[in-house]
This record gives sequence, C-alpha cells and structure tokens, in this order.
Amino acid sequence: MSIFLNENTPVIVQGYTGRIGSFHAQEMIDYGTKVVGGVTPGKGGERHLDRPVFNTVKDAVRDTGAEASVVFVPPPFAADAIMEAADAGIRFCVCVTDGIPAQDMMRVKRYMRRYKREERMTLTGPNCAGTISPGKAMMGIMPGHIYMQGNVGLIGRSGTLGYEAASQMKAMGIGISTSVGIGGDPINGSAFRDHLERFEQDSETDLIVMIGEIGGPQEAEAAVYSRDFMQKPVLAYIAGLTAPKGRTMGHAGAIVTSTGESAAEKVEILRAAGVGIIVRPSEFGNAVAEALAKL
Amino acid sequence: MDIHEYQAKAILADFGMPIAKGGIAYSPEQAAYRAKELGGEKWVVKAQVHSGARGKAGGIKICSTENEVMEAANELLGRRLVTNQTGLQGKLVGRLYIEEATDIDREIYLAFVLDRSSERIMCVASSSGGMDIEEIAATDESAIVRVPIEPAVGMQDFQAREIAFALGVEQAQLAEAVKALKACYRAFRDLDATMVEVNPLVVTTDGRIIALDAKMGFDDNALFRRPQISELRDKSQEDTREMNAADRGLSYVGLDGNIGCIINGAGLAMATLDMIKHVGGEPANFLDIGGGASPERVAKAFNLVLSDDGVDAILVNIFAGINRCDWVAEGVIQAMQKLDVPVPVVVRLSGTNVELGRQILADSDIDLITADTLAEAAEKAVAAARFHQSASAESTGESK
Repeated sequence: MSIFLNENTPVIVQGYTGRIGSFHAQEMIDYGTKVVGGVTPGKGGERHLDRPVFNTVKDAVRDTGAEASVVFVPPPFAADAIMEAADAGIRFCVCVTDGIPAQDMMRVKRYMRRYKREERMTLTGPNCAGTISPGKAMMGIMPGHIYMQGNVGLIGRSGTLGYEAASQMKAMGIGISTSVGIGGDPINGSAFRDHLERFEQDSETDLIVMIGEIGGPQEAEAAVYSRDFMQKPVLAYIAGLTAPKGRTMGHAGAIVTSTGESAAEKVEILRAAGVGIIVRPSEFGNAVAEALAKL
Repeated sequence: MDIHEYQAKAILADFGMPIAKGGIAYSPEQAAYRAKELGGEKWVVKAQVHSGARGKAGGIKICSTENEVMEAANELLGRRLVTNQTGLQGKLVGRLYIEEATDIDREIYLAFVLDRSSERIMCVASSSGGMDIEEIAATDESAIVRVPIEPAVGMQDFQAREIAFALGVEQAQLAEAVKALKACYRAFRDLDATMVEVNPLVVTTDGRIIALDAKMGFDDNALFRRPQISELRDKSQEDTREMNAADRGLSYVGLDGNIGCIINGAGLAMATLDMIKHVGGEPANFLDIGGGASPERVAKAFNLVLSDDGVDAILVNIFAGINRCDWVAEGVIQAMQKLDVPVPVVVRLSGTNVELGRQILADSDIDLITADTLAEAAEKAVAAARFHQSASAESTGESK
C-alpha cells in the first residue's frame, strides 16, 4: 500500500483548462495517474486532454467517481475551490496554489470542521509540491522520475528540499512509499502528525522522514505524537538554522515569531521525543540507509 | 506589509478605538504648526519608522513649547533611527507624528495575532503594558491573557469583557475597553491583518482609555483585495535589496556573512544556508529564485547578489524539477557572460538532465567551480570565499 494515492485512485484537476493546470495534468497522466477529468466553471461539457470537463466538483464526482482532487486555481479563488471539493465528497485534496490569504485558509479549516472526522476530506498544502506514490501515481508538480518506489514515507514542507532528499535516497537505492508535501504556508490543510498516523498504519512503510523548517508549532506536535504513538522509526531534518528572528525565509510560514519556533529549539524537542535527527541536509541518504539497516 | 503608527491609529480609530489628537508633519515648521493647531501645553513628537522600541532609541520627544517641537522635529527628520529591531543601518525618519500629551494612570499591553496553533485570530493581552511581550512572557507567563476568537462568529462581547476584567479594567472604563478590543479585532479581520499591537493601551488619569501606540502588519497575500492598505506602503522603510528582489518576483533576505546564495525553493535555500554554516562559512544572503529557475531569473539573481558589497563567493544550487539542468546551465553561462562577476562562482546542479547540465558547464570557457553534492558545493564555496577574501586583502594591502 501507499497512503492516499495509488494507480487506481480516480483523480480530478480543479483549474483543469488553465495553462498551469493543463501542463501538470498532462505530466500526471504521463506518470500513470488515473486522471478522470477536470473542473473549470463555465466549461462543463467540453473535453480537455481527452477527458471530460465539468462545471462543478459535484458533477465530476457523480459522473467519474473521483476520490481525489488537485487544485491549481489562482490564489483569490483557491479557498473556495478547496471548500467545493470538501463539500462534494472528495477524500483527498492537494492544493498546489501559492499565495492564498491566511484568513481564507482559516475559513477553510473552520468550514471543514462541519464534516464528521471519518467523512472529512484530507487537505494537503496549500503552497506545496504535492503527493506522489512512486511507481503508481502523482498529484502535483514534482518531477516523478527522481523518486524510487520503496518503503520510506516522506513528509515535508518544501518542494525542492524534498526532491533533494528523494534523489539522495534514490542514489543509494532507497525508495519511497509515498511522499506528502504539506506546504510552506502559516495555516495549512494538514500537519506532520496527521500523516505520521497514516504512515504508521501503512504496511508498505517501514520508516518515516520528516522535513520541517522554522516557524509554527507543527514539528513540535509531531514530536509528541511520535513519542506517544509511533512504533516505526521517525527521522527529521529542520531547515533554517541560520534564519534570523522575525524574518520571513521564502515560505510565508517560515518565520520565527515566538519561543520554540527556531530550528535549534525544534531539533531539541524532536530529539527529546526520540526522533532521529538528520543534522546536515547532505546526509538524508546516509541517515536513512543507517536507520533502515537497524530495522 | 507594515505601516506607520499614525496610519495604524487612523485605521483603528475608524473601527472605534479612542486615540489622542494628533497630526502628521514632514518639516519642522509643519510640526510647530501642528502643535499650535492641536493646542494645549505639552506635545509628543514621534518619529514614524517601521519599528518598535523607538522611545529607547531617542525617537520620541516630549515638548512644552512650539519652539521645542520645532527643535525636536529638526533633530529627528532626515536622521536614521537605530533601534534594537532595525539593524545597524537604522530606518530613515521622513515623517513625524505630533500628538497631544496624555497623562497616564496605567498601561496595558494589547495585541491580536494570527495564532498558528489554534488556526485562529488570537487576542494576547497583559496588564504589564509598555513592555515587550517576550519580556513579559519571560518574567511571568501567567500575566498574559490569551483568547482565541471563533472565526465563524467573531469576537463576542463576553470575551471582550472577560479580557477587560482579566486586565484589571475598572467598571467605569468597561464599556470603553470592550469597544477598544472589538475595534482591534474588527480591523484585523476586515483588513486581512497579520498583527495588531497596541502597546500601550492606557487608562488616563481622567479615566479615559486611549491607544498610545499602534502597530499593524498585513498579509501580503491579501493585498490584492485591500488596495486602501497597499496605498499606505512606505518604501523608504524597506530594505532596498529586498524590495528590488520582490519587484522581480524573487525572495531575498540580507544576512551577515560573505557567501552569496542563489537557490530555487525556500526549503532548499534554507538547507543550503545551513550547510554553509556546518562547514564553517557564513551566508551573505538568502535568495530564492522560485521553483522555476529560468535563465532570466538566474541573471537577475546574479545582479542582486552582486549588489551586496560583502560577497566573496557565490554559490548557485539549483534542483531542476519540471525544468532541466541543461537549460539552467545555459542560463548560468549566459548570465556570467553578460555580467562581470568579480568573485568565484560555485555551481551545483541536480535533478532532470543533470549529466547534460554538468557537461555544458564543463565544456564552457566560463571560469566557474562545479560541485556534485550539496556538501561538496558548500565546502568549495567556503574555500573559494576564504581564498578571494585573502587575495583581495593582499591586493589592497599592496596598493597602499
């Protein structure tokens, strides 16, 4: 198994007929993802990339049985698109869009609480590279070929740093069950701990690597979860050792505003919870290989 | 995006926050005129810069005559105010806020922030006003009141009352305090703020409640729907290099070291900076050219990084995802052909078509250092920076 996504998961693309949506939808199809159609309001009934276009997510779900959705809708309309997916019964949603206002995301998170936990859509992102189950399917903008299929679960905020980790691992013959991008925004759909829980239950995943960064409480929450509930080993790297306080480092969420949010503090919290620390970003491959050898 | 105190006060006043009377001045004469206009016998001349701790830095002066106001204004205008938040270069004082003086009975700390843990707007307040919230937290966490606001219904009166009572507000000022709290919350919510800080909110000797200082920050991602906020932007308060970068769609942060960094993606950028530190170097800046890394963006990035005086070497670390290393390699070569790059350049490419990209770099006659791994790239950049630094120190030594 992998988590969230495999070669049989029916996927739709929101913002399907736009330039960016089209390009990445085609890449996803070429990788083997079961893209069953897309949504662009006002273009329902047309065909695009040899697949149907729908006016609403509900129409798409009714006609195609879509279970997952990837959102390429521009920032002013992206929150609305996410809520539409949640309301249409989509189970897993990847929002790639970068630049959604923080209060829009607050409203999205509040809105999603109207669904019972077991019926609630899992949202990853916004501002993420997406999710890939190598060798099976991908939803997002990542280069599929840098990932090898295997038994390591990857959770990260950053796109290119995740690629770096995946390619270091591939170079050493280590593969990935699923790589989940949670995104670099201050308020995101899901956190490290939500995915740790999934990976713990996944029979194909033997070890989990978390790639965190400065800012926010999510790495510390994951540390507590890992200590209390995880049987499988967890490794972590935290980026931003050199980041000065109060400065935004590229990602809107990468900013140290209060105690416990710096890289050094997060590393200490994770270490104290028994999470293996990857000290240098050049050591993803070696550290994972060592940890796998101990299993 | 940050705004000035006087702008924040005007916004909060619109939402019902009581403030003292005041006016803006761009010249000493105008400052004196404002004082006359306001009347009274005592005024406060406040330097308008995007920073807290202005008082300690000498940016706030209390005056008792119009002449004193003029003198204070003369001293402050055009000066760069250095506070513990501005960095050594300080921030230019281009405008002053002249305010009637307030007789203070007690000071309260009041702020609204975007709380990432509860994913809500949160009120953070303390009866120990005037101090930095971090200082208060360090001395006595129990002195801080934290109340998250439910986004679906907004701040309720009972919440505002609870906060006011927790801050020790007396019965006589309760209605005013509730009004002040709700004003801050509404301004935050309606204008896509990321921070509203009133420090201090004061109770005056005659029993009124007034925002004596005010700071507001706004969500850059929401400025598209807040044109009235975008208009308040004061570019003189921003770091020129960061602003130039932002205008070109790049993300730049100036740091204290001597290795310039050109990287795609914020996470990889932070990790590369960490790697430089691990092998004994110090980054001069953080420059994220975004996931794409087109040749044009690479060229712009070189220009920006070179505008940093203290750069002794440049490290380019690009992970080509949806684009290709051969394309990035050509971009780097084009940029270096066009520009006179006076410092050593280390290039590390990875991702799609990496072999082809490395070949193009190896075949070119451009003088650059290549590296295959992240560790190697950082080590080579640190060594190159040291070499360049000592070489240029020697040459300047000889010329003397």
